[in-house]
Amino acid sequence: MIPPSTAPSDIVGRGNKEGGQLFRQWFANLSEVAERKERAAYVFVMGSLNEILKSFDMPVSFPEINALQTAIRRVSHEYLDEAEDIGYSPDICGYVKADVALQMRGGEHPMGKIPKPSMAVFTNACNTYIKWAEIWERMYDIPIFTVDIPGTRQAGIVTMPGQHRFENDRRYVEGQIRELITLCEQVTGKKFDIDKLRDCMANANRLSLAWERLLALNRSCPSVFNALTDGTVYLGVANGFRGTPEGTAYFERLVEEMEYKAAHGIGTLTEEEYRLIFVGVPCYPIFRRFNEIFTEQGGTFVNSTYLWFASGGTNRGYQYDTTRPIESLAEGLLLSVRDAMDSMFHQYAMVREMAEEYSTDGVVFHPIKSCRTVSTGLADSRRALMEETGMPSLFIESDMMDRRVVSEAQLKNRIDAFFEGLASRKHQSKAEGAA
Amino acid sequence: MPRVFDEWKALPLDEVLGLCRDTLEEADFGPVTRWREAGGKIVGHFQVYFPHEIVHAAGLLPLKVRGAPVEPTHADSRFGSYLCSILKTSLELVLSDTIELDMFVTHPICDAARNLAAVWGRNFQYPCQILYLPQNANSKHTAQYLRDEYDRLLEEVEEIAGRKVTPEDLSRSVALYNRDRALMRELYEIKRETPWLVSAEDAYSLVGIGGMIPVEEHIELMESVLPQLRARTAKAEDRIRVVFEGAFCEQPPLDLIRMVGRSCYVVDDDFMIGLRYIIEDIPAGDDPLMDLAEAYLERSSYSPVQHDNRKPKERMLVERIGGARAEAVVLAAAKMCEPGLEEQVAYVQELEKRGTPYFVNEFEENMTSFSSLELQVETFVENLLFT
Repeated sequence: MIPPSTAPSDIVGRGNKEGGQLFRQWFANLSEVAERKERAAYVFVMGSLNEILKSFDMPVSFPEINALQTAIRRVSHEYLDEAEDIGYSPDICGYVKADVALQMRGGEHPMGKIPKPSMAVFTNACNTYIKWAEIWERMYDIPIFTVDIPGTRQAGIVTMPGQHRFENDRRYVEGQIRELITLCEQVTGKKFDIDKLRDCMANANRLSLAWERLLALNRSCPSVFNALTDGTVYLGVANGFRGTPEGTAYFERLVEEMEYKAAHGIGTLTEEEYRLIFVGVPCYPIFRRFNEIFTEQGGTFVNSTYLWFASGGTNRGYQYDTTRPIESLAEGLLLSVRDAMDSMFHQYAMVREMAEEYSTDGVVFHPIKSCRTVSTGLADSRRALMEETGMPSLFIESDMMDRRVVSEAQLKNRIDAFFEGLASRKHQSKAEGAA
Repeated sequence: MPRVFDEWKALPLDEVLGLCRDTLEEADFGPVTRWREAGGKIVGHFQVYFPHEIVHAAGLLPLKVRGAPVEPTHADSRFGSYLCSILKTSLELVLSDTIELDMFVTHPICDAARNLAAVWGRNFQYPCQILYLPQNANSKHTAQYLRDEYDRLLEEVEEIAGRKVTPEDLSRSVALYNRDRALMRELYEIKRETPWLVSAEDAYSLVGIGGMIPVEEHIELMESVLPQLRARTAKAEDRIRVVFEGAFCEQPPLDLIRMVGRSCYVVDDDFMIGLRYIIEDIPAGDDPLMDLAEAYLERSSYSPVQHDNRKPKERMLVERIGGARAEAVVLAAAKMCEPGLEEQVAYVQELEKRGTPYFVNEFEENMTSFSSLELQVETFVENLLFT
């Protein structure tokens, strides 16, 4: 609880400040690991299994986060060029290429030094995770482990715990988790401690609840955070610190901040005229500028599918039952990662609901060259959304890493036209209301 | 069961092969239309592997949806840029009513293909699904999981067929497909041992036609053609023996295969690998679904989109080269194909290490100009022959 005497300046904005500090600390810790010539488990944001790895005290590295940081810091092109020089195609995932170059540079990264991998753990939420891990397997001869998570088979048909088909999938996931634990014992030389796992899961429970609440708080008008820019800071912490006391404390304080903002009608820096949903992956090579093109015209992002899938489905707020940790971890992983995949493949129905719940004026679809997982269905999803709801939408293509396919001028033209449409729609709606 | 591909029966060998090529290349899917017109139902399945036996046992036609050399006039608006062609042309075939399906199944082979079930489902009322073939082939729980997943598929298929499928039905289908795969293996043996007896594009067409006609008819065709191929009197020529690698999903145009075949003997390849993915007969057990699952995991080939710790792809390629006694490799990848392009790097590194000559290229199923590529291939071949 925030004491009533707390000044707004003590609380408003602290989430971003503390998130930034945690993130710098995160990279500093990784650098220390690398300097000691120790290794880290390489994991991904959609199903990191951080609960298991933290229970073995393994340092973890998120190559996706490492890669996107090179774009935000405007050096990704150097990494992409180096990977392309050894044969990687311009048409494949930029994250993969940035990481390949980073490995070739011995872990050199703008935020510090990244340790080499001791093992790689990944789900099938993105198929490129698998191809990526195969690269490390070849480079370092390390064990790589796929936790295969069966997703939704058909839009609208969702199995749930207790149902026969769900339990088949859950047993498969549980069996793999038990095999992963054995592999972690081999890699670390440590015996599995189920109580430590329980602690990590309890922390993850609190973080998940806070994440769910955080997203819900942005239904406020004005919205209390920008889902694209602030949301990306929160995502980094949610992934890197999942299952840890620091991560839990951060998110509980963040929710306090956002509750406070909502209660006092404090919004973002944008004069909020249009509430938008973002579908896809951010344009990291011009991250701030991309957002500004919207905020300059009164547009703010109140939610995004990115906050769902890139949190590995934490938006579900799934609560582990720590009295039966492995079974519950399997169930939670299945439900959460499946949800993350749904946010990418079947996001159409979710966006439709989100648009209503968040009083949205428009939807921005942003497919990118690098990521077919997220981008392949977006044009058709948009078509279906417009046909069914008439919701204004914008379809702009660029990339999350490769500035060669990011044209700010072209993006701005399209975005300007979108806002003209929104303004005219608002004007017409007011006129009809007056009549 | 209606017959859909009888035209070849009275024809001499060369014309049979020509008919197979035309049927595949013309992309009007005549046999599929005839099946439909006779009241048959069709389950379309995207690349790469699909357990045809499950659909066949229910009396339906499993149709390999593998794109076509057509313009995606209708489908273009359903997709953005930076995507491979096969996604678009596959959807085009149904949006343009060239083929009509009762169910569509895709697989988690790549990030783009997995999206197809959702895209397809927003455009058609029939079931559009993902068959979650496992990406962890190394867990002791995988075979049971896959058996359950096949059981789920079977239930869906029974719903469409309007009848139950018995284990005996499945066993009969498994036996038929065993026979068909054995015949395809025989064709590949001819390619390896006497490549001058069958051209690359003819072998390709003979396999490919199997993706669109009932297995019984494919067996008849192969049983008729293979002895005739063996009886040919063509003589060996001084051509280099190559493996063509990289056509596991999107297929190169027939003209490209023909062009490579003019300069080289294509002694092994991964064309339509899904139809040949199971490399041994599936034993007849009490639980045919488990037999199918076990075969997928333990008696199977490889491709860049099936992960198995026991099958590093570059090592599998080296085995393929060795098994075919190939002197060089044509390393192809479909444009915008993430797994194919990524694998190409690993293949190149391995071939460099071994000193195996290779030729790298990208293709698209509806490319039409080959002159520059042909010049490059000829130069590559001449380098090998004369240096």
